[in-house]
Amino acid sequence: MAIPKVCGIETEYGIVVRNAELNAVTASSFLGRSSTRTAWDFFDEQPGNDARGLLLGEILAPEVETHLVNTVLTNGARYYVDHAHPECSTPECRTPSEVVRYDRAAEEILRLSMERAVAMLPEGGEVVVYKNNSDGKGNSYGCHENYLVDRAVPFGRLVNQITPHFVTRQVFAGAGKVGCESPGSTPSDVAYQLSQRADFFEEEVGLETTLKRPIVNTRDEPHCDPAKYRRLHVIVGDANMSEVATFLKVGTTAIVLSMIEDDAIGDDLTLAHPVTAIRQVSNDPTLRATIALGNGKRVTALEVQWQLLERARNWADRHGLDSVTVDDGKRILEEWESVLTGLERNPDDVADVVDWVAKKRLVDGYASRHNLPFTDARLKAIDLQYSDLRRERSLALRCGLRTITTDSAVREAIDTPPETTRAYFRGTCLAKYAADIVAANWDSIVFDIGRDPLRRVPMMEPLRGTKVLTAELFAASATAADLITRLGDSPQT
Amino acid sequence: MVLAMAERTKKQRTAPQREKEAPAETESTGDTEKTDRLKQELDGLLDEIDEVLETNAEDFVKSYVQKGGQ
Repeated sequence: MAIPKVCGIETEYGIVVRNAELNAVTASSFLGRSSTRTAWDFFDEQPGNDARGLLLGEILAPEVETHLVNTVLTNGARYYVDHAHPECSTPECRTPSEVVRYDRAAEEILRLSMERAVAMLPEGGEVVVYKNNSDGKGNSYGCHENYLVDRAVPFGRLVNQITPHFVTRQVFAGAGKVGCESPGSTPSDVAYQLSQRADFFEEEVGLETTLKRPIVNTRDEPHCDPAKYRRLHVIVGDANMSEVATFLKVGTTAIVLSMIEDDAIGDDLTLAHPVTAIRQVSNDPTLRATIALGNGKRVTALEVQWQLLERARNWADRHGLDSVTVDDGKRILEEWESVLTGLERNPDDVADVVDWVAKKRLVDGYASRHNLPFTDARLKAIDLQYSDLRRERSLALRCGLRTITTDSAVREAIDTPPETTRAYFRGTCLAKYAADIVAANWDSIVFDIGRDPLRRVPMMEPLRGTKVLTAELFAASATAADLITRLGDSPQT
Repeated sequence: MVLAMAERTKKQRTAPQREKEAPAETESTGDTEKTDRLKQELDGLLDEIDEVLETNAEDFVKSYVQKGGQ
């Protein structure tokens, strides 16, 4: 039985400083300085652990950078500087639509930070943030997804059966890119491609996240009970400006992972050469390119997606949609069919949903109006400016993308946590007892209540600490000391 | 917290929100009208791009250099 797909997104943003002397690291930390300040706790973070059970040996472990800014927010999110980029991780969410709301809230948090930074800089100074994944010069930064997966699923099966989805979901989840950055290529080798990230993937499976990136990342750091769960850390996706694209990216992946848990996919979609295939798909906006399956057949990315959708419907009929919740599940299946139908008929039909299509319309339209060669810098500028988070400059905000959140729901998500995961406990503790919290991380909070040694409250179950389970506890606990006392009496939160 | 979502069905796919005030009478007229509308809309967008695009695109693109991340 598929387990609840608790999920979240961590986005590294591009950053540019104008008219001020700040390097990217300082500027990124500058952005975060205005937010709630509770230190992130690195106790038991092990990003070097490998899901395949290998010892690190000679493999270079990904580093956690030193922490100029590293804070936990009252909405349960983490806002920090990573590899010279501002990064925001959404809190753990129970549904893909909730992830969309918190991903949008993260954008708004970055916007607020930009505004505050301008106020603190000398006249004319500005820090600008971009929600994209590449600078067009071979440097990439990620938008990672995380999904709770049953530890009992053999990791080999997970890798084999999720890879076809990761390679082909870019037909609707790609954010679009002018030019090409794959090793050995020049920018003009490809005029326009579906994905920001596809150029940077060189391995099928592995632990790296910053070089020789693998399509399936094996980082085994569950941030919860490791005997029951793994956290699949997905590094292959693009950051989306389209809410529906984010919903589809997370929603379809959550469903495919649920199907893998229920062993409802099979191995006949296994790809012969995933690394080659991910670029073939990305490099072909006509969507007609075929990729090789392990059984020798050749199929288009759309055909793989139709197959996955059909199997998802059969799986839903047999097993239900509880792993993603019924409401979200139905909507994912509908949007999935709708986007595939549109892409097949005429991609422009889904220009209000798919980022790469929306961006391509702008690029092609502008090139045609001004009679520009595809290498003209203005077209690359459109690509970059699509993801500019400044409202007055963002092109994505101008091209009619359909939304699924409301402004008020997003505003609320800036400082209140989701109610149906342990993020509720984290965020509420920060809102109520910030002065008594020394540090917090995904799976624990450390309190200093004055009279005793520091108290670490573990949160090893992502679906505990919800509003339903803790509202009474919080109502009865005026202080952190009250909370600790009551938790001592009742460990079931 | 329930996320507020616009109610849509998959059949609305061919008539995105911003266009549904002008329902098509027949399939073919609808398609032509839709194409015209999309073109008009794109023209408006391209006008806006002329207004908001970074003034020196070449410098902007050249100076957009990021440190590699994850």
